[in-house]
Amino acid sequence: MSRAEPTASELVLQGVRGLARAISRIEDGDRDLAMALARGRSRPRVVGFTGPPGSGKSTLLDALVTLLRGQGLRLALIAVDPSSPHTGGALLGDRIRLQRHAQDPGVYVRSLSARGHLGGLTAQSADVVRALGGFDFDLVLLETVGVGQSELEVAQLADTTVLVLAPGLGDSIQHLKSGVMEVADVICLNKADSALAPRALSELNSILRDAPDSLWHPPLVGTVASTGSGVAELWSAIERHRTHLAAGEGDRRGRERIQAEVLELVASWARSEARARLQEEPELLSGSDPRVIAARLLERLRPQAPREP
Amino acid sequence: MVRTSASAPLRIVLAKIGLDGHDRGVKVVARALRDAGFEVIYTGLRQTPGMVVEAALQEDARVIGLSLHSGAHMTLIPAVLDELRRRQMSDVLVFAGGIIPPGDAAELRSLGVAEIFTPGTPLDSIVSWLRERQPALQGGDGGSSS
Repeated sequence: MSRAEPTASELVLQGVRGLARAISRIEDGDRDLAMALARGRSRPRVVGFTGPPGSGKSTLLDALVTLLRGQGLRLALIAVDPSSPHTGGALLGDRIRLQRHAQDPGVYVRSLSARGHLGGLTAQSADVVRALGGFDFDLVLLETVGVGQSELEVAQLADTTVLVLAPGLGDSIQHLKSGVMEVADVICLNKADSALAPRALSELNSILRDAPDSLWHPPLVGTVASTGSGVAELWSAIERHRTHLAAGEGDRRGRERIQAEVLELVASWARSEARARLQEEPELLSGSDPRVIAARLLERLRPQAPREP
Repeated sequence: MVRTSASAPLRIVLAKIGLDGHDRGVKVVARALRDAGFEVIYTGLRQTPGMVVEAALQEDARVIGLSLHSGAHMTLIPAVLDELRRRQMSDVLVFAGGIIPPGDAAELRSLGVAEIFTPGTPLDSIVSWLRERQPALQGGDGGSSS
């Protein structure tokens, strides 16, 4: 039981097995391992795919992987599925659609359970991306849970966020109120051969036309993932967004990404410290105004804030 | 929402190998294992032994469950075990389910299949069988992190 766990460099030497183990350890909260793997490596490019269940994200990714493997890129595909709120278990089924690449050594596929985390990803997604950088991947394709209205977290982690929609899965008001149209860099209408597609395309076009003015106008691409139709056009739209990022927008997003992760770390540190303190000193909860109690508690926690590692 | 337990969920690859479209049983088992708190990676139909082992490797699964109703179990299940040995993954626990006659089951056990569940097995007994083995499976590298 007390066998020493392999170090970051030992894991890298083990190849796929080391990567698989590293991701499991990171899922269990080993932040130091993620930092050690990322040290001195560049962050891989991350393209996120989000959208409602049944819009065809996994099938689209399968077609995209075929295209990108033709270009010789080494890529990792991380697919997040929801977990049971009752037992924490999960049924991860994204591999079913990725059979064609099951034994391609240039493609790593990992299915992750959200493990209760809301927002469409797992709590350790940023660290998983770091780890993949340590194993020399050029590109990470990240597929979210796909719950429909709140999986916006991917936009904080991805360089480019693709929203995958399908005709007949909700009207334009739903896209507008979810906020997902605001974070999408590229919009893909999959199943574009459906009879309902022309109407969906015109609705989406009118939403995009009425969007507030900005430097980047999210392109709308129609695809049929099952035949591969439109997939090359989708990839060139993603590439155009990369060029846009390189003109300065990428740096701004990088800073935002770090800020989001820092805030998350601070909040989770404070939450666990506060919980521990309240257990030790239940009398701190006296009074009825939660804001007063919180301020008192924060005052107590301040001197114990962690130092730099 | 915060997971405080030191033990991570056990990861299990469930697969149908060979030319066999009977996936009702495996789906029922997949759901029962999910509901019991395991992380189930279901790979779908018509897998080769190589694909199943590759999935277990990439997914860092400690357990592989194979479902067969085609009659090819004496060829395909040993092929999975061979592939695991070839890739130094013999520590992965393998169980099987489906139409497997008792004589064949005994031989598969002697080859290294840990357990065989035939039709009619209560789902609870598969769950408790896995729970009993979970601490040993996760005791090696990578299991608990505390």
